[in-house]
Amino acid sequence: MTDLSRINRRQFVALVGGGIVVVVSVSFADLWDALEQQGRQRGYPEDVNAYLHIAADGKVTLYSGKIEMGQGIMTSLTQMAAEELGVSLDAVRIVMGDTALCPWDMGTFGSLTTRMFGPAVRAAAARARLILTDLAAQRLGVARDALTVENGVVYLATDRSRHVSYGDLARGQKITHTVDRQAVLRSARQFAVMGRSPRRLDGVDKVTGAAEYAGDVRLPGMLYARVLHPPAHGATLTRVDTAAAGAMPGVTVVNQDGLVATLAADPELAEQALQVVKADFTLPPANVDTESIFDHLVRAGGTPNTADAAGDLAAARGQCAQTFETTYYNGYVAHAPIEPHTAVADAKDGKVTVWSSTQGPFSQQATIARELGMAPENVRVITPYVGGGFGGKVPGLQAVEAARLARITGKPVQVAWTRAEEFFYDTFRPAAVIKIASGVDAAGKLMLWDYQVYGAGARGSDVFYDVPNRSVRVYGEWGRAPDGMHPFAVGPWRAPAANSNRFAAEQHVDIMAAALRVDPLEFRLKNTKDPRMLGVLRAVADASRWTPAAAPRKTGKGRGLACGIDAGTYVAHVADVSVDRATGQITVERVVCAQDMGLVVNPDGARMQMEGCIAMGLGYALREEIHFEGGKILDRSFAGYRLPRFSWIPTIETVLVKNDDLAPQGGGEPAIINMGAVVANALFDATGVRMHRLPMTPERVLAEIKRL
Amino acid sequence: MTATIRFRLNGKAVTLNTDPDRTLLWVLRTDLSLTGAKYGCGEGLCGACTVVLDGRAVRSCQVRLGTVQDKEVTTIEGLARNGKLHPLQEAFEEHGGFQCGYCTPGMILSAYAMLLANPHPTRAEVRSGMELNLCRCAAHQRILAAIEAVAGQKGGTDD
Repeated sequence: MTDLSRINRRQFVALVGGGIVVVVSVSFADLWDALEQQGRQRGYPEDVNAYLHIAADGKVTLYSGKIEMGQGIMTSLTQMAAEELGVSLDAVRIVMGDTALCPWDMGTFGSLTTRMFGPAVRAAAARARLILTDLAAQRLGVARDALTVENGVVYLATDRSRHVSYGDLARGQKITHTVDRQAVLRSARQFAVMGRSPRRLDGVDKVTGAAEYAGDVRLPGMLYARVLHPPAHGATLTRVDTAAAGAMPGVTVVNQDGLVATLAADPELAEQALQVVKADFTLPPANVDTESIFDHLVRAGGTPNTADAAGDLAAARGQCAQTFETTYYNGYVAHAPIEPHTAVADAKDGKVTVWSSTQGPFSQQATIARELGMAPENVRVITPYVGGGFGGKVPGLQAVEAARLARITGKPVQVAWTRAEEFFYDTFRPAAVIKIASGVDAAGKLMLWDYQVYGAGARGSDVFYDVPNRSVRVYGEWGRAPDGMHPFAVGPWRAPAANSNRFAAEQHVDIMAAALRVDPLEFRLKNTKDPRMLGVLRAVADASRWTPAAAPRKTGKGRGLACGIDAGTYVAHVADVSVDRATGQITVERVVCAQDMGLVVNPDGARMQMEGCIAMGLGYALREEIHFEGGKILDRSFAGYRLPRFSWIPTIETVLVKNDDLAPQGGGEPAIINMGAVVANALFDATGVRMHRLPMTPERVLAEIKRL
Repeated sequence: MTATIRFRLNGKAVTLNTDPDRTLLWVLRTDLSLTGAKYGCGEGLCGACTVVLDGRAVRSCQVRLGTVQDKEVTTIEGLARNGKLHPLQEAFEEHGGFQCGYCTPGMILSAYAMLLANPHPTRAEVRSGMELNLCRCAAHQRILAAIEAVAGQKGGTDD
């Protein structure tokens, strides 16, 4: 693909000066297929993926278009480079998310960094090691095979007094090398840096307050801007009067092409000025709300994409001993990162530099260029630490606002959304309706799986159970939903669609096991032959000390099981809950999670992501839901929109199922996908209540308890 | 309206001539260039802006500058002494009690004030003491482990 904004190899070499540059261009054919299955339309460059630079002073720098938003890839990518290069972790510096320095990247999402970018980093570093070893062989006058590398020094294996360092080798060199195929990588048994859990490289910065986020960027003369935003999606500005704001000392008012903003050197003054701007909007009629959205989604879903089809559904229905039909519902949820969308823009000499909290610096560069009518190469996006993203920091309207205001005022401008704006402009996880009809034969084998999902998307709907007659139909996948399906923007939210799909599918599997009076683990083991799924199911059963019993036991305490596949990773959860029958309150006491993610680059980092997924997932399982009337968002504060808190946090146990022969798979999202189902299944075991809608609030649970 | 506000900030005297109705958070972040305290909600509901005022954790987005007159303010930048991390900072780093890091300064300062008042809290006391701080990355389990490691050692103060 052509992308004029991409820095080319020649420019890059000029930028970094001498030394050795390794550029990787690897084709990722199999991963590309995996991406297409996830419904991604955007391309991944097949030409250049990574730059690694060994400077004349021996310093190693890895340049990556990925960003660090908490997932720990600053550390794991550096581990990969250090491992393959044969240096210690602290010898490698990483530069991330800067469009002027880093190779083009589609964005940091989809648990793709380790899976897709990781191979490029490892290939670059492995090739650099070969180049340096060859240089050393020349320098020492020996064959390459006679040499070994330790901590950036090349030794003659038989005489360690003869050695030369990477820095000595790189000095005076101007070598640029392109890796055009996968280099030979080190195996797990050889690892000295990978497969270990060093302290995170961002740790000291983050515990001392030194870590810089977009809102911490300070430029001389910078103004803080507050932008006039509508009260509802779809609203139109009909009249605006900025006279009172403009009369305030120290306040600059912008009113140009629909962009109305107040700016001042003090952010509170800018806010006070915005408060006195008088604006009238016309609001479109609100024809859908929190409760009526589900019927609307089914009506608006359009023609389905068929994700999977086999056998004969109609014939199978007649052959089943028992059939089961249930519809499941899931509301909209917010990303709610603690750092709201923030950007600082500086416009001068026909160029714009933007420091932005974004998951997609290059897509943001393209958007800013388009919106400002500039050439992409004149827009530079720099990504400092990002204070949480979860899929919500991809579009980046705040950066466009900052760039426009910087160009209009001629001064550096910061736009930092308030919490209310953050909730309003969120690209919510879409609401969903899932209809499942299934059936089993007399022996308890799955015969029928007829699955329709509206609003969410295909991810997480994979049928990994052995079902001869099956159909999966997807209506209105996020990103390509028919116009008017959702009353506001929706987008990816940690493991997009999978949370909704697993909530429905894994509860439905449990419903069948319960009807047959079969232990839920036994039912799953009996109905799949996938070895990785069997592996995580057995691992989670062992770790949670699972004892066979059919649900429900109705003791007020219960345990649930759920499993799934996401980002190439297999994951199974067991949850123990207690339920207060008087209030409907669910307390999750323990969650055990087993995960097969292939080769693990950083075990502790992987566990941190699993723990975060589990605790974050309790939010959408139990409490999180956006209330709305048409385009008007009613939850715009942490007072009404309830995130998981310390008192919610169960004992969390994580198990990494060893699978070193498989290349690293995704780690940022898989362990969140089962949280709705595993809690719902445990609730059923505790009480006999089935919750078909998320979140499982105390009010909803209590209503179902009373109906028993 | 301008007034002269004097207070101690991270052990040093500070004098500002400014509007006492301004919010401590923004005075710290703009006039004083201390950006460790973060804006998260502006309503005192998330804890990202937490600083310590005369030994108590406060939401700096809810504190008027005039009310810190003659008081002692500690921000995350003032917690390390002589280049040595505070035991809580050490523990958060060692236990991985953070992910994106945005809530981390507020978490550490809330824990610091909690341990000043109660050097050896039970697990239930730690949970309830931290209950009003939000972490969206959900690093809660490791944050609890970090605080408990310090509480178990020496009560978390180096003063």
